[in-house]
Amino acid sequence: MGTTSRYRAVARVIAVIGLVSLVTACSGDGGATGGGGAEAYPDQNITFVVPFSAGGPTDTVTRMIAEPMAAELGAKIVVQNVEGAGGTVGAGEVAQAEPDGYTVLMHHIGMSTAPALYQNLGYQPLEDFEMVGLVTEVPMTVVARKDFAPATLADLVAHVKANADKVTLANAGIGAASHLCGLLFQTAAGVKLQEVPYQGTGPALTDLVGGQVDFMCDQTTNTSGQISAGEVKAYAVTTPERVKSLPDLPTTAEAGLPQLQVSVWHGLYVPAGTPQQVVQRLSEALQVALADQGVIEQMAKLGTAPVPAEAATPQAHRAKLEEQLGTWAKVIADSGVEAS
Amino acid sequence: MELLDNLALGFSVAFLVQNVLYCFVGVLLGTAVGVLPGIGPTATVALLLPITFSFEPVTALIMLAGIYYGAQYGGSTTAILINVPGESSSAVTALDGHEMARQGRAGAALATAAVGSFIAGTVATVALAVAAPPLARVALKFGPAEYFSLVLFGLIVSIALARGTALKALAMIALGVLLGTVGQDIYTGTPRFVFGQRELYGGIDFVSVAVGMFGVAEILRNLENEQTRAAVISKVRNLWPTREDRRRIVGPILRGTGLGAALGVLPGGGHVLASFTSYALEKRISKRPQEFGRGAIEGVAGPESANNAAAQTSFIPLLTLGLPAHPVMALMVGAFIVHGITPGPNVLTDEPALFWGLIASMWIGNVLLLLLNLPLVGFWVRMLRIPYQVLFPMIILFAAIGTYSLGFNAYDVYAIAFFGILGYTLIKCGCEPAPLLLGFVLGPLLEENLRRALIISRGDASVFLTRPISAVLLALAVAALVLAVLPTIHKRREVVFAEDE
Repeated sequence: MGTTSRYRAVARVIAVIGLVSLVTACSGDGGATGGGGAEAYPDQNITFVVPFSAGGPTDTVTRMIAEPMAAELGAKIVVQNVEGAGGTVGAGEVAQAEPDGYTVLMHHIGMSTAPALYQNLGYQPLEDFEMVGLVTEVPMTVVARKDFAPATLADLVAHVKANADKVTLANAGIGAASHLCGLLFQTAAGVKLQEVPYQGTGPALTDLVGGQVDFMCDQTTNTSGQISAGEVKAYAVTTPERVKSLPDLPTTAEAGLPQLQVSVWHGLYVPAGTPQQVVQRLSEALQVALADQGVIEQMAKLGTAPVPAEAATPQAHRAKLEEQLGTWAKVIADSGVEAS
Repeated sequence: MELLDNLALGFSVAFLVQNVLYCFVGVLLGTAVGVLPGIGPTATVALLLPITFSFEPVTALIMLAGIYYGAQYGGSTTAILINVPGESSSAVTALDGHEMARQGRAGAALATAAVGSFIAGTVATVALAVAAPPLARVALKFGPAEYFSLVLFGLIVSIALARGTALKALAMIALGVLLGTVGQDIYTGTPRFVFGQRELYGGIDFVSVAVGMFGVAEILRNLENEQTRAAVISKVRNLWPTREDRRRIVGPILRGTGLGAALGVLPGGGHVLASFTSYALEKRISKRPQEFGRGAIEGVAGPESANNAAAQTSFIPLLTLGLPAHPVMALMVGAFIVHGITPGPNVLTDEPALFWGLIASMWIGNVLLLLLNLPLVGFWVRMLRIPYQVLFPMIILFAAIGTYSLGFNAYDVYAIAFFGILGYTLIKCGCEPAPLLLGFVLGPLLEENLRRALIISRGDASVFLTRPISAVLLALAVAALVLAVLPTIHKRREVVFAEDE
């Protein structure tokens, strides 16, 4: 083989790799070119924007429902992770997107807390989006290092009140679900504690297992493994019902702190101005996906369940968002956390 | 002989045809994404995760693990060939590896990286098999105070990375630390140095900084002088390490392996320190420290072994406690759960075939990587002969695509251009980019753990001295500082005396 043909061979291989990666990088660009009208929807790829990192709980839930929804809609769904600033970068991007139903946002409870946590948000949750439907409400659990003294939730409340200057409450960062649940716990228990923020649940849970911090409140998706293994002590689950994967764990109401009710609810959004038929079509596809046996089983393994069909509707979703915006504006203002 | 029984069980699982096959698929994909700058193992694993739902659990985990440690192999290739490190660990490899490539010794550098990684991977896998549970318990003793002291120690010993004057190196570290503070403060949520740009709230991505400071700056420097570039490619010398090279890399590989295996166990960022510390150690004990930064093969062998050993042992917290040390492992926790396995201490007792099968597969994966990478050395070296006017736009294109695909954030791409120009300017001023990168990586870790330790202790700074592990690390840091400063003082006195005479 001559040297020139060798260069060519190498150059060709590189060109192929380049092409492949170009295609991979650009394939997320579904809604760029306009297709037919709302009647023909969908006639091209749909992009689901997840405003959090790949592999996190929200990403996992999105990928779970994307497959059956794609089958129902008869179009490909591409999941794109647009991270940053507690999900507000991705949400802001979708708010600006073409309202044609080809750019869909999956967001969680953070949609209702962002207005209280961020200045100059650039979008308004109720005005700039159409709600498609709720997806799932992930329960949260109150957990502590395994050698922490209190035995029950009532003991815990008494203990932290008596030792408010010693106890540490971990969370996965400002605005994270664990932070919100921690704020609600302090409001419910009527105590102000020293919070210890981490960058994500992983490091926070590591320090909890290692006994460096005292307790925290986080989603079952993150804690159930450590709870079943006995690496952390669990006090209660924050939903009205017990969860199937942790049958022995009482609810906060049963354990005597009924004010502590919180779940990480997820919902699908499209930009405001999206045609009603399109929103309806997406909502129906969501309901089909949530009834899928595979989705139910996968969610059960994560310690959660799909919402009932009547909650996977635009009306139910809007009502939930309105209620939550009010709740969190108050909790966050009371806690003294400043918008940034 | 319980260990032998366990290993026999592991190998009987790992050698099943489908497991070897998917192990190969994993390491192949890992090598590929490692070679492509920017496209990292996290995105790849996230994309492939749903596909693995239909696999046997052990097969799925074998493949996902393969992608992770395979990427550590691949990352060194671009660092050596075109000075574009894909992960923080391979940034150190670029220092001497690329210098070797410029001298026509790219083949030797690549082969050293592959062999060093293989030995490190093998030793670390044995460590994993023999001592995983007790090691994980030790790692849990590391709280914020211990991490702060460890990072401080790492930072002090790594000042050896600098080639030029100590003052310039310190200035670069400080600049790196400042760049690392960009973004939302994790304790208060206050945005720092974001200039109202929401895209900067998440901070500057490491890949953008590394690709810009090393890769793009290097391209600008090459374009400035077309002749020297032509001279470099004409003299590609022997492909394999010489006997002298082989003699020189044994020590660094073994030391790098030990250091990397130990630091990798720490879930709070120990693996980031592995390659930096190994480089500093090799330079410190070398008889030819002046060669470091000018193509010393020890500077490739040590850090490459260290980062691969760390990649292997960083599975210890995951497998024994269910605690992920890296985003890829957080994804693997998801894979465990979807397959109905609760990651945690119970995996070892409830699923011995899975636990030992995965460990045995890591050794098989390392063999496959060696078989895959050594024959490719010749191929990669030939890539250097591509005319530069064809090569450099490709490098920039790949870097831009890869960086963008990290988080679909255009600012990451702007950052490449910004840091490329900054890097070029700094080189022109005689400042090295390596200490800047070090400050960028370690600065935020230092701040995060310092503040967290003080929050937990309610502002009592004595925790750093009253906690034994932290106190020992701080003592080591002071000793390292004294060792570094003593010769300078000594020399200055000699100079003073010389002037007196």
